[in-house]
Amino acid sequence: MLEGWPPPIFDPAGPFAGSITTLAWVLLAMAAAVFAVVMAALWIALFGNDRLKARLGGDWVIWAGGIAFPVVVLSLLLFYGLSLTRNLSVAPGADEMRVRVTGEMWWWRVAYLDENGGEVVLDANELHIPVGEPVALELESNDVIHSFWVPRLSGKLDMVPGRRNVMRIQADKPGVYGGQCAEYCGGPHALMGFVVVAHRPRDFAALIQAWQSPPAPAQSAGTARGERLFFSAGCAACHRIEGTRANGLAGPDLTHVGSRRTLGAGILPNNRGTMMGWIGDAQAIKPGNRMPPYHALSGDDLKALAIFLEMQK
Amino acid sequence: MRKKVQLVRHVPLLLSALLAACKPLPDDRHHMPGASAERGREAIERVGCGSCHVIPGIRWPKGRVGPTLGGLPRQALIAGKLPNRPDELARFVRDAPSLVPGINMPAMPLSSEEARDIAAYLYQMDAR
Repeated sequence: MLEGWPPPIFDPAGPFAGSITTLAWVLLAMAAAVFAVVMAALWIALFGNDRLKARLGGDWVIWAGGIAFPVVVLSLLLFYGLSLTRNLSVAPGADEMRVRVTGEMWWWRVAYLDENGGEVVLDANELHIPVGEPVALELESNDVIHSFWVPRLSGKLDMVPGRRNVMRIQADKPGVYGGQCAEYCGGPHALMGFVVVAHRPRDFAALIQAWQSPPAPAQSAGTARGERLFFSAGCAACHRIEGTRANGLAGPDLTHVGSRRTLGAGILPNNRGTMMGWIGDAQAIKPGNRMPPYHALSGDDLKALAIFLEMQK
Repeated sequence: MRKKVQLVRHVPLLLSALLAACKPLPDDRHHMPGASAERGREAIERVGCGSCHVIPGIRWPKGRVGPTLGGLPRQALIAGKLPNRPDELARFVRDAPSLVPGINMPAMPLSSEEARDIAAYLYQMDAR
């Protein structure tokens, strides 16, 4: 199994997920209690003696059990739930870390934002955050309704075309946290995964700084052929690599693909073998995704491309 | 007298030898002491062998870039070059290019124990 994926849903790793897990257990307990009461009443109705049936048969049962009880209990639950989750979705503050995550069929576009909302670093399918700090996510969609869900770090929230929803996530300790699109979005929806990597603050600062400094294209004799192929086979029409003339925006940004933990949006480990398999025939792995199979490429071509992409860190 | 005692002492041994002779010899061609097919299956899923190969018993992915591994236990050669034996297969799974120069299957991020586990899995695929 991939690290962190598929994610467990009752194992919160931060305050936002924690409050939602608490609410979930409270709701489950309430539901179990109500179910037990209803079953008891049903048992009395079917098998109880006449005295019991008479005592439970009046109009007052409807007023108390059918109207007053639900109104009071559901209202209390509503306010309790809202108070537990009220800070989850308020607008980002001026000094908060902001990241825009956009749902695509069937992957996630990621843009780290500056304080004015400008895109600083582009990435895909993976989010890096500092431990112990809330991160405001601006959730959008470019096509259909998706839903962003990293169960151990926060709740799930729909990504609606033409709308910007805000949700916060936070991790209390370093680690890899898996996510999953939680709203059926067609085709390979079930294979639309996501990974959040939480770093110690110092490591996180170093990572972001490295990403923001001008990329030093890691060139070696081994990558020249892959680089040529990347452009001649047309990869650059859909994929972007910072610092090169590859500037396609239809597919995931590949600037840091070599350091990513996963391929194919959170679903495959990232190594040379999976990279070759994905480029050669992504349709066999994730049927219906928008990357065509490249049957025209030879094994040597696939290897050269994989070596070139491994160098993009 | 002495001879008789010795014979009696050997009866269990003779009997077990007789019984053993009735069973087919264990197939040591694919025998891998200490390796676990179940751990091998987990390693296959962790490194993503399925990205390139269809592997019986692995539901997803079923990649078509490399050959299907279905008939592997009965195959004479690995990649048409190496004898299909446990140690060779384990080494091949871990570092194919060092055994078959020019092959496009890359070296995989596996320990030698994991490679043996994977070989064990691949040998018992047809048995499941």
